[in-house]
Amino acid sequence: MADASRIHPLAGRKVANPAVTLTPAEPAARLSLRARPDAVAALSKALGVKLPEMPKRSATSKSGGRAALWLGPDEWLVIDTAGGDPLADCAKVKALHSAVDISHRNTAILVEGKGAEATLSAGCPQDLSLTVFPVGACSRTILGKIEVVIWRTGETAFRVECWRSFSAYAFDFLEEAARDAPIAA
Amino acid sequence: MLLIHCPYCDEDRPELEFRNAGEAHIARPENIAEISDEEFAQFFFIRTNPKGLIYERWRHIHGCARFFNAVRDSVSDKFLMTYKAGEKRPTVKAGEKA
Amino acid sequence: MTAAFRTTAAGRLKGAKPVKISFDGASYAALEGDTLASALLANGVHLMGRSFKYHRPRGVLSAGAEEPNALVGIHRDAARKTPNVRATVQEVYDGLTAVSQNRWPSLAFDVGAVNDIASPMFSAGFYYKTFMWPKAAWKSVYEPTIRASAGLGVAPDKPDPDHYASRYAHCDVLVLGGGAAGLSAALAAAETGARVIIADEQPAVGGALRFETGSTIDSAAGWDWAQATAVKLAAMDNVRVLTRTTAFGYYAQNMVGLVERVSDHLADPGHDLPRERLWQVRAKRVIIATGAIERHMVFDGNDKPGVMLASAGRTYLNHFGVLVGKNVGVFTASDSAYAAAIDLKQAGASIAAIVDLRDNPAGPLIDQARALGIEILSGRTLVRASGNLRVASMTVRATSGGPERTIPVDALLMSAGWTPSVHLFSQSRGKVAFDSATRRFLPGDYAQDCVSVGACSGTDTLADTVKDAVAAGEKAAKAAGLAKTVGTKVKAETSESWAGGMVGAAPGAGPDTTGKAFVDFQNDVTAKDIRLAVREGMRSIEHVKRFTTNGMATDQGKTSNIHGLAIAAEALGKEMPEVGLTTFRAPYTPVTFGSLVNHSKGRLFDPTRRTPFHAQEEKLGAVFEDVGQWKRAWYYPRAGEDMHAAVNRECATVRKAAGIFDASTLGKIEVVGPDAAKFMELMYTNPWEKLESGRCRYGIMLREDGFIYDDGVVGRLAADRFHVTTTTGGAARVMNHMEDYLQTEFPHLDVWLTSISEQWAVIAVQGPKSRDIIAPLVEGIDMSDGAMPHMSVREGKICGVPTRLFRMSFTGERGFEINVPADYAAAVWDAVWAQGQKHGACAYGTEAMHVLRAEKGYIIVGQDTDGTVTPQDAGLDWAVGKKKTDFVGIRGLKRPDLVAKGRKQLVGLRTKDPKVVLEEGAQIVADPKQPIPMKMLGHVTSSYWSENCGRSIALGVVTGGFERMGQTLYVPMPDKVIEVEVVGQVFFDEKGERLHG
Repeated sequence: MADASRIHPLAGRKVANPAVTLTPAEPAARLSLRARPDAVAALSKALGVKLPEMPKRSATSKSGGRAALWLGPDEWLVIDTAGGDPLADCAKVKALHSAVDISHRNTAILVEGKGAEATLSAGCPQDLSLTVFPVGACSRTILGKIEVVIWRTGETAFRVECWRSFSAYAFDFLEEAARDAPIAA
Repeated sequence: MLLIHCPYCDEDRPELEFRNAGEAHIARPENIAEISDEEFAQFFFIRTNPKGLIYERWRHIHGCARFFNAVRDSVSDKFLMTYKAGEKRPTVKAGEKA
Repeated sequence: MTAAFRTTAAGRLKGAKPVKISFDGASYAALEGDTLASALLANGVHLMGRSFKYHRPRGVLSAGAEEPNALVGIHRDAARKTPNVRATVQEVYDGLTAVSQNRWPSLAFDVGAVNDIASPMFSAGFYYKTFMWPKAAWKSVYEPTIRASAGLGVAPDKPDPDHYASRYAHCDVLVLGGGAAGLSAALAAAETGARVIIADEQPAVGGALRFETGSTIDSAAGWDWAQATAVKLAAMDNVRVLTRTTAFGYYAQNMVGLVERVSDHLADPGHDLPRERLWQVRAKRVIIATGAIERHMVFDGNDKPGVMLASAGRTYLNHFGVLVGKNVGVFTASDSAYAAAIDLKQAGASIAAIVDLRDNPAGPLIDQARALGIEILSGRTLVRASGNLRVASMTVRATSGGPERTIPVDALLMSAGWTPSVHLFSQSRGKVAFDSATRRFLPGDYAQDCVSVGACSGTDTLADTVKDAVAAGEKAAKAAGLAKTVGTKVKAETSESWAGGMVGAAPGAGPDTTGKAFVDFQNDVTAKDIRLAVREGMRSIEHVKRFTTNGMATDQGKTSNIHGLAIAAEALGKEMPEVGLTTFRAPYTPVTFGSLVNHSKGRLFDPTRRTPFHAQEEKLGAVFEDVGQWKRAWYYPRAGEDMHAAVNRECATVRKAAGIFDASTLGKIEVVGPDAAKFMELMYTNPWEKLESGRCRYGIMLREDGFIYDDGVVGRLAADRFHVTTTTGGAARVMNHMEDYLQTEFPHLDVWLTSISEQWAVIAVQGPKSRDIIAPLVEGIDMSDGAMPHMSVREGKICGVPTRLFRMSFTGERGFEINVPADYAAAVWDAVWAQGQKHGACAYGTEAMHVLRAEKGYIIVGQDTDGTVTPQDAGLDWAVGKKKTDFVGIRGLKRPDLVAKGRKQLVGLRTKDPKVVLEEGAQIVADPKQPIPMKMLGHVTSSYWSENCGRSIALGVVTGGFERMGQTLYVPMPDKVIEVEVVGQVFFDEKGERLHG
């Protein structure tokens, strides 16, 4: 029988300089959740996170182990880093929705440090300043030549989610971009 | 690089997040299997390609992933307005910001 | 050792660190803060380059980015050799090595200068006439010669070892230019709290204050105020001050491209610093404060080394502490050159004379010059500057004509007045307007949210400039949403004057004169050339420009455009605006490819996608092929095997025992919702409503025009849930296609789509032993034929992790596709591999996969179809639901052309000689003896050696192919004609028994 522990596609990679660190995020459970407004309350209750209904917003559970990111008007990315099973939680909800497991489709890179915003701004055309992209803001967008979801988890901390096979590009890009973060804020 | 106002994200977002999807307000006939060759040609092949105001579809493919409609001036490249899919075709005059 | 022309009487480099530089092998003393130009001038070196066409000796014209003459190569090391660097921009560092260009064997003695003597042969437009005849000479003589002499400088021949940084930036107010106007505007905007970026191309802000020492701002010397203001701005959290940063392009909706030179000025940049940083700035408001560029005078010999703009001479003195000459002449039509003469005189140079075209120049500057004892020759023109490698004299006469007087000089400063820099304004699609009073083009109608202030919008006085700039800064901040203004105050006084000015050729360089009065230095365009263009029939400046190449060099005519236009207008007897002004385009100054390419090189050129099994496949010795962005295992050669042998073995092993294949790259979409089946009915030709949960079906997707768009096996997991697979290449576009219909045509359906391509890694195990290999690893799934027949799907566990196990086949053998969550994939592969070893299985790659499916006549969309193939054409009519009333493509399929006889249809092709393998793409004809061009019947779409069939096999599309079964057709090749027989699509196990056995 196989060892059922998850292998991170970026296992072993790490970048740290005085301005920014890049760390592959721990494996997480992820859901692509789709629903219309009338199902939001029931799903929020089942998940223990109030699904945000405004663009670019995210919400986090009380314990902090689960978050829901608004990606589109009927679409959320649910990320559980606390060992929960959001798919099972949604399965109990009768209201019309679609919950699809994408735990392994995505992987994430944590970009942290005072140069985090500068590092991402090397390849993301969105305004990531705190006024326009405050803590908790999230968006599907572009990084270099790939699609990513950027979620600001702190003033100087971001989580970058991307598809598995693009994670090497994402990390390589951020590694290259990180070189400039200590030089120009 | 253009800025495009996504009516779903309610924000101006960089063009890199979007993809053009051709002329807007061309509905697929509900009885498509029955329509004549001429009607099919009109629906599928014929586009107006105007100089000036153009109603077109865009998709915020690397954002909220929604298709929406836009009115753009094909001479100046400027977007006059964007609106959600399914909304009525607005009346806009060239040079006027709706 | 101090350089001979360095003075202590002026300049800001006092106390700067001495450095050594080399130019054409000679060593020179310089000071940190020098440009290459100022350092060479300090050493009395004026000769810095040769002109492009005539190879005339040239020195510096300017002290800035507009420089057309002093272009050099900067050589850092073997890989870092930058050609065409403006010596007036390049800052020195210890050890800087520069070489001159466009000369052989040396700068002082250049054989190419014979072109100057032979110049009548090279008049404007000579390209268009000279090389017309004889025609045959073009390829053998003209083109090689032109190519050999074309271009300036030598491009580096090694890969660029530097890296370049990139930044998207956003601000409320972007200020372009850091002179008095830009700084005042930036300060006013910044003090409201607005996010401000200010960029200036020089190493330090200041703009014209660099040389204009007669200005006082806020009670400080202008330059000192500028530096203090920059420090103040840089200390504010909401401001970014970028120096050495050129705004090179103004794009749509206030997107401005800036390139910041980060390390070109450093002796040892080290590994970490980028060479340049590209800024893509999006600003709510832009303030253009780009100042003005001084024009030269157009007269014979105005290109001699030592002849330069008055502002340049003044900059070298007041900023760099360099005297450009010790006996300096001045030729002007503007007050501003007087200030240069005064400064030089006060620094110890003698002024040979000021020649002023104006009859009665008057004002404080003129008075001051006179009081210093400088001879002022008003109402006079300069007919000629003479000298060989350096100007030695100027020849003066009255503007109306008469006797000439020659005055010795060792440098000559000139000013025809100032041209507002409307480049960026024009790039923003703003329309320039001609001001007939001052004969200059100024910003007219704005196309974007920007404003021009200061000299670039025609404001001539400093007091007005700072007043307007402060107002513009406050207004821009307000427009960007900042409510409060703090009432920024900047107070300026100046003794400077920019009164006067002229455009066109100076009197003495009129139509009746000989000699070379240069308009465009870099492209060697003279006033005469422009008049010739008009005589040849050019009427618009666009034509004149292309005929003469005026303004088309790397300096883009910064000093020459207006003169060129004025001369053309005069020759045509028209006003300048009637002849037109060419539109300015990006880039403002040349931009390196490195900064534009930026990170997108090497590993970041394009994403490389690897499957979760990549490491396993590498271990097995796979050779990979690129399939789009994916790396896919192509074949697995063992010791001594070539590709052919490996593929033959893999194909045989699959049919004899089993093969293990990485199918992870296939697109996968989960279709979920109560209307999932309804949606599937619309997207695919097949019927889906009645497909039972747990069963699979091969689906065909059409475009609305009836042609095949994609295909794949679809499994129904539950009444409301389908697991759809797409082709590898089609994954993204199929998802977009389905979303498009769902969102815009069928929004009433309760269904959602989610890409799961990368959630599930897929191991295909194909062959008679496939079940034996997998079964021991699987939990909770009955894999018997009765419980799990061909084309079924089950959810359960494999190796303790979840799986969606498909029984399906792309080889014609009993086969399974194991879907496992990607992070578990490697462990599952290892377990399957270990099991496979017990049963004689091998890994097979995409090449064997292609052969195996072709043996069974399974199509590959995009290879056997090309966007003009219908299901009927491909022999897949059975997959189209005949009773369905709607699906995408249903109407397209009925189009007259699609139901007509004689369509190309997909058939099998058997070569008469079984050993001959056809070439894919080869054309098929009925009669190989017919005259060329032959009538083509179709082409070969797939062709392989089939070890399992013991012969070659092929598929092709052939006109009326289904009715040609058994016919002999021909494939003409360059060296032979290959005979083929038209056969059915299936070459192996025609009855399909192996799928079940």
